Amino acid sequence: MNAPAYNFAYLDEQTKRMIRRAILKAIAIPGYQVPFASREMPMPYGWGTGGVQVTAAILGPQDVLKVIDQGSDDTTNAISIRKFFAKTAGVATTTSTDEATVIQTRHRIPETSLHENQVLVYQVPIPEPLRFLEPRETETRRMHALAEYGLMHVKLYEDIARFGHIATAYAYPVKVNARYVMDPSPTPKFDNPKMDNCPALQLFGAGREKRIYAIPPYTQVVSLDFEDHPFEPYRFNAPCALCAAENSYLDEIVTDDKGSRMFVCSDTDYCEGRQAAGHHGALSAAPYKDKAPETSNG
Amino acid sequence: MYVAVKGGERAIENAHRLLANARRGDQSVAEVSLDQISEQLGLAVDRVMSEGSLYDRELAALAIKQARGDLIEAIFLVRAFRATLPRFGASEPVDTGAMRVKRRVSSTFKDIPGGQILGPTFDYTHRLLDPSLSQGFVPEAPAVAAASTAPTPRVTDILGRDGLIETSPQAEDGASVGDLTREPLNFPADRYLRLQNLARGDEGFLLAMGYSTQRGYGRNHPFAGEIRFGEVEVEFATEDVGFAVPLGSIELTECQMVNQFKGSATEAPCFTRGYGLAFGQSERKTMSMALVDRALRARELGEEVGAPAQDEEFVLSHSDNVQATGFVEHLKLPHYVDFQSELGLLRKLRKEFAEASAESNTPDTMKEAAE
Amino acid sequence: MADQDLLETDQPLLVAESLSKSYGRIAACREVSFSLYPGEVLAIVGESGSGKSTLLQLLSGQLAASGGQVAYRMRDGVTRDLAALGEAERRLLFRTDWGFVHQDPAQGLRMAVSAGANVGERLMAVGWNHYGRIRETASDWLTRVEIDVARIDDAPRTYSGGMRQRLQIARNLVTGPRLVFMDEPTGGLDVSVQARLLDLLRNLVAELQLAVVIVTHDLAVARLLSHRVMVMKGGRVIETGLTDQVLDDPREPYTQLLVSSILPP
Repeated sequence: MNAPAYNFAYLDEQTKRMIRRAILKAIAIPGYQVPFASREMPMPYGWGTGGVQVTAAILGPQDVLKVIDQGSDDTTNAISIRKFFAKTAGVATTTSTDEATVIQTRHRIPETSLHENQVLVYQVPIPEPLRFLEPRETETRRMHALAEYGLMHVKLYEDIARFGHIATAYAYPVKVNARYVMDPSPTPKFDNPKMDNCPALQLFGAGREKRIYAIPPYTQVVSLDFEDHPFEPYRFNAPCALCAAENSYLDEIVTDDKGSRMFVCSDTDYCEGRQAAGHHGALSAAPYKDKAPETSNG
Repeated sequence: MYVAVKGGERAIENAHRLLANARRGDQSVAEVSLDQISEQLGLAVDRVMSEGSLYDRELAALAIKQARGDLIEAIFLVRAFRATLPRFGASEPVDTGAMRVKRRVSSTFKDIPGGQILGPTFDYTHRLLDPSLSQGFVPEAPAVAAASTAPTPRVTDILGRDGLIETSPQAEDGASVGDLTREPLNFPADRYLRLQNLARGDEGFLLAMGYSTQRGYGRNHPFAGEIRFGEVEVEFATEDVGFAVPLGSIELTECQMVNQFKGSATEAPCFTRGYGLAFGQSERKTMSMALVDRALRARELGEEVGAPAQDEEFVLSHSDNVQATGFVEHLKLPHYVDFQSELGLLRKLRKEFAEASAESNTPDTMKEAAE
Repeated sequence: MADQDLLETDQPLLVAESLSKSYGRIAACREVSFSLYPGEVLAIVGESGSGKSTLLQLLSGQLAASGGQVAYRMRDGVTRDLAALGEAERRLLFRTDWGFVHQDPAQGLRMAVSAGANVGERLMAVGWNHYGRIRETASDWLTRVEIDVARIDDAPRTYSGGMRQRLQIARNLVTGPRLVFMDEPTGGLDVSVQARLLDLLRNLVAELQLAVVIVTHDLAVARLLSHRVMVMKGGRVIETGLTDQVLDDPREPYTQLLVSSILPP
């Protein structure tokens, strides 16, 4: 029996090169889904294998990695992936959005604006925005090739006819660089505007479906809509109960069995940063204990 | 006052410790050894090697032990290990015609050159629970005879001599072999890629798909031309040596289905083939695979494509149990954010509905008064 | 521009030349040639198995021919060989300048999508991006095919057979095509429903100056809708001419048999 010895960031260099080629192609054709030879990773398909492979391929020893799931650094899957890279690559990890050079995410875009020296890596379950309208891969690839997106608008039309407005709350389809319709991964539509003209490079990895796609920095990303029913980002009725942020995405927390609930920022780093800076919501634990953003090595 | 949940890291560590204990079970009971798994749960090992795409009994046994007997989890462990192994090249095609057969049956001819060999099989056992197996069972010594030197040609080769069955596609010398695990699968997929996919595919899924063709969803009149199980030599050709070097032998099961014939203006009618191959003794798997392989050839053979088993995208996209289990089980992961979006949307829709109903329920008299 | 108008009606819209299709030893369609002019309705009649549906698929580019070719005069006035069109061009043609009415409306409609979206899809596919205008156009078309506008948000699976067929027609006509292929459009319908649909079709075809290739085994349909008839048997065209002439005074014995057995005297 061979005792396994693993390369830096787990994947062998040949595989990383293959993935980097796919990433370069994806950057060259914004929003286009590039097939790549996804490897079997030591975590299950559907749990971030695409994002993990992209991160493994771009990570260098100097990088500082942040991993979030549902906006939080402390959810179990985020911890598991962060530990994986701390172990196999020995890179520094952080919970601070600002300090990170590579941020792997599932379902959220951080509230803090990203900057040019950052890469945001999304974990994608189903990369094909047309999949639930047309199950056949051969057909959807043809539709993309010919930019036949009428069917996507049929879906939006049906929403308006039935509900009076577009009833898509997450994985809201976008058009990238005025060409490809793209699935932003199951992020809430609240986050869609952050993708547009973003200074950071955005990479999307779907391991099970074997696709990589990208939004290069400063690329136009438009949420699909109708002229007379424009895209509307989701709004919350109340500020965060902990940090009083007015324009962040909120999680609903059920606080007892009598139906009491509160709304708090889903981006824990953002929320803690605001509290540390002296912002206090209606229900924040006072006095808030000041604490520097957590940074650790390896 | 509310403080966000912390401590996920410790929870994970504790859960893993608990798992290790659950895996070991009652420590007053002897620990199962890899040899015991390999020798006494051999068919489980065969399945894990086949669907894990790695021929290594010891690693497969370890995976089964680590996975607490959950074979899909074991296959996953083997696959993840396999993904990191370097590739030196591909072996020469194995010659199953030269297999040292331990079992060989054909349902198409009563007697065949080399004979029918029943071998170790559940067939014709009565499925009665056997209490004598519960402990200390020593089986009667098997009947033995000197190995026959008579060749055992494949039944399909016998048919092929008279042109009664289509010829097997022959690989060109030196042609490179595609690898499903190294290149993404695109549709439509060539047959060799389809077969690779089926060979790794879930036995239960293939069984159900193959079964559906027998029940009329894409029927193609199969006969079990031959099922053979035994040892074959694996050889590897290196440029340094200049000839193929034997690496050792592996156990394989091969199934060749003989199916309804085709023909056209330019071609005489002949039987068509469905093919199945797996590591170890995996008859159910190879028979199912052969049925599904044949069903997936519908397009190539100019047959109508309508049944699920004939639908290449459907079958090949859903056959892999490691992919399937990952995606099904990922529903366990948090979806707070998406759910919050849906919740918000649903509340909005319900509010709009309530408002609209209230408006339409306003009595006419009041409406008139308002107007 | 008078010259342009003259060109528009004087030049054939669709030209088939020696069109053939064989499956192995069986020839489904042999050496079919004809020209179709703008605004002209051509009926292809024959028994099942005569090759008329194969011919329709060849003409509409859904099936590759074994021999011969089909040329179509595009909206820009240039006549092109269909086989030489790129896939993007062919698909664009299919959802703008052409229509295809299937015998079974379920094949031509999205059964789970509302009637409004069924009609609106072609518009959205060519870039319409205003919900209100798409809906208004869809309503207008529903009215034209005699479907109650109140049913605009219902899916066609809640429609009757006749309504589905009318919806399929509206879905095809919304982009103002110049050529419509029809495969037994009244095939699955009751006689009374058939009559109403035929009446509607005849009016729309005349009003919109549509060129139509209609496949039917029902000579009464041919009589009512078409200007010209082609009779097919065993993959060949055995007789062709003006509809009244062929049906009132058939030359070929086979056509005589068809006429006498199907048409009431």
